[in-house]
Amino acid sequence: MSEKKKIKVPTMAELAAAGKKPEWLFWVGSAGAFDDRYKKVTREFVKILTYFQVDYAVLGVEESDSGDVARRAGNEMLFQMQALTNIELINAYGVKKIVTCCPHDFNTIKNEYPELGGHYEVYHHSQFLEKLISDKNLNIETGLFSDKKIVFHDPCYLGRANKEYEAPRTVLGKIPSTKLEMRRNRSFGLCCGAGGGQMFKEAEKGDKEVFIERTEEAIETGADIIATACPFCMVMLTDGIKYKNQEERMKNYDIAELLSMSLGL
Amino acid sequence: MTTKQLLFTLALLLTIAAFAWTMRRIFLYFKFTGKYRLENIPARLITTIKIALGQTKIMRHPVMGFLHALVFWGFMVILVGSIEMVLDGLFGTERMLQVLGPVYDFFMASGDVFAAIIAASIVVFLFRRLFMNVRRFYGTEMKPVSKADANIALTFILLLMVSLLGMNVFYVLEANNHGHGIAGLYPISQIFAAQVTGIDQGHIYFWHEFNWWFHILLIFLFANILPYSKHFHVFMSVPNVFVSKITPLGHVDNMDSITKEVKLMLDPNAAFAESSEAPPKFGVSDINDVNWVNYMNALSCTECGRCTAVCPANITGKLLSPRKIMMDVRARMKEKGPGLIKHGAGYDDNKSLLGNYITEEELWACTMCNACAEECPININQPAIILDMRRYLVLEKSAAPSGLNTAFTNIENNGAPWQYSQQDRMNWAEELYLKE
Repeated sequence: MSEKKKIKVPTMAELAAAGKKPEWLFWVGSAGAFDDRYKKVTREFVKILTYFQVDYAVLGVEESDSGDVARRAGNEMLFQMQALTNIELINAYGVKKIVTCCPHDFNTIKNEYPELGGHYEVYHHSQFLEKLISDKNLNIETGLFSDKKIVFHDPCYLGRANKEYEAPRTVLGKIPSTKLEMRRNRSFGLCCGAGGGQMFKEAEKGDKEVFIERTEEAIETGADIIATACPFCMVMLTDGIKYKNQEERMKNYDIAELLSMSLGL
Repeated sequence: MTTKQLLFTLALLLTIAAFAWTMRRIFLYFKFTGKYRLENIPARLITTIKIALGQTKIMRHPVMGFLHALVFWGFMVILVGSIEMVLDGLFGTERMLQVLGPVYDFFMASGDVFAAIIAASIVVFLFRRLFMNVRRFYGTEMKPVSKADANIALTFILLLMVSLLGMNVFYVLEANNHGHGIAGLYPISQIFAAQVTGIDQGHIYFWHEFNWWFHILLIFLFANILPYSKHFHVFMSVPNVFVSKITPLGHVDNMDSITKEVKLMLDPNAAFAESSEAPPKFGVSDINDVNWVNYMNALSCTECGRCTAVCPANITGKLLSPRKIMMDVRARMKEKGPGLIKHGAGYDDNKSLLGNYITEEELWACTMCNACAEECPININQPAIILDMRRYLVLEKSAAPSGLNTAFTNIENNGAPWQYSQQDRMNWAEELYLKE
């Protein structure tokens, strides 16, 4: 076992106080900061940032919810208050490039903040990692997942909403393993059931929950791992795996976790 | 002027008058819908070329999509022949566009081939609707009248194609008999004509005239039925693609009226500045609230059900069906529109789109996944209307499901949909190590 180095996550405020401006703002997002499962993804992503010496900082306690849930649940007033407050903060730090692990925040900041005065170059972490892998000419030799079958679930707000289907697959392609696809993939991908505010409310009456339908489809592929790239999808599919009693043979990981683990970080 | 010209001119005038009356009514309906500014015309033209003329989205289902594309492209080509028929009818000429020479040959030949292809496609479509259990043709919103509407439209098209081929076959026979040569090329009809023997001159003349009149009068009738049918699609879908959403599907339109209010709230100095005008109504609850693009979407919808077939809520047995939303918008305007025209924008019939047509349960079942919008072959944006109705429920009625209300309160109080203190937003970063 090699030695461990403690990571100190830089904040925008500290760097600004020291007169520095990082290249990247890592937008953690509410789920990345508070959801127990996705906090792990945030940590793995930060490990990758640190390992590759990316010049970044987070907003820390100054960050507030992007407003995506509020907007799509119809609360435009709350969305715009969140957005305008965040934009004011981000602009004050002179941020140009933003990366986030949440496709919802990625979509909102990229497509909806500009109308309210927030103009940034926004990357989803799948796109960021894809670029990082290619810039660093990264080749992974470790066979941590080489006997595993991985199936990728397209998050709606990365895929259909922003037509990014290949970046997460390119990242997964770098990890020695067998890749599978579900019947409904890419632009045909089925929602996990959490978007549009569903994450925070009871589902309407029906025959089935959406996350079960999607998990069943993933199970049918015979995959050992469902890879995701979205905090909401993560919650829903983890629940689905539990519901179908597949915890013993099936795991759910974010692409950043799979990459970090493969790099042995 | 011959009797034929006279009769034809009368029929044409009648058609135009009836059509103009209907279109004027629909235009007046549009006047009661909300504003929407069309930006980025070049991008819209490219979208129209790709999605409408190129039929790219319908070919997401390659087999049926391709058949539809053939029907669409066939219509485009055959349109030239229809225009010629109108000109011939008015001026008492026969195939007057033959002066175009090789161009004419091209259009007649492709029109003739396409007529056969379209007829065959329509037979496939009818077969699927009548004898195959295609899931997307069913659903609560697909009442017997909706199904009849589809089958009638298909039958019309089939008859149009059969009469077009019939006209061509007898034209070829007639030309052969007179020995004056054939204007244009008719690859399919010439094959048929070669099989026909022993018909006398009089019959050939009769059947040519019969098919000619049948075809053109059917077009006139069809054109006037279309605006009252889901097949209004034939006229509306191309313009609809032009006005459709061209921003990424993830982007929703900003409510500028809210931006004004929020900026006032965030800026204490502005709080007393201006508040003379009454705040506008937020969101959509009835047909007068939808914008004209929403209404155009609804008029263009041909109820194919590709949206509903991919809707996660619908697939899992919830009430929501994106197709039903579009059908409801159209039906509500049909119901309230005449009253609006008669009594003005303030007309109230004690009914509303939200409530009498669309229930809250349907709206809250949507995951905003955009599968419906991605699938729609003519780029209808169903989530936009769903969201605007949610906006009405939340902003005007404070009527969100309790779980969402909790999330709203948390976002307001501590900047996250969960009840965690904003001061804990960095807790994830504790005890974080990197292996070296």
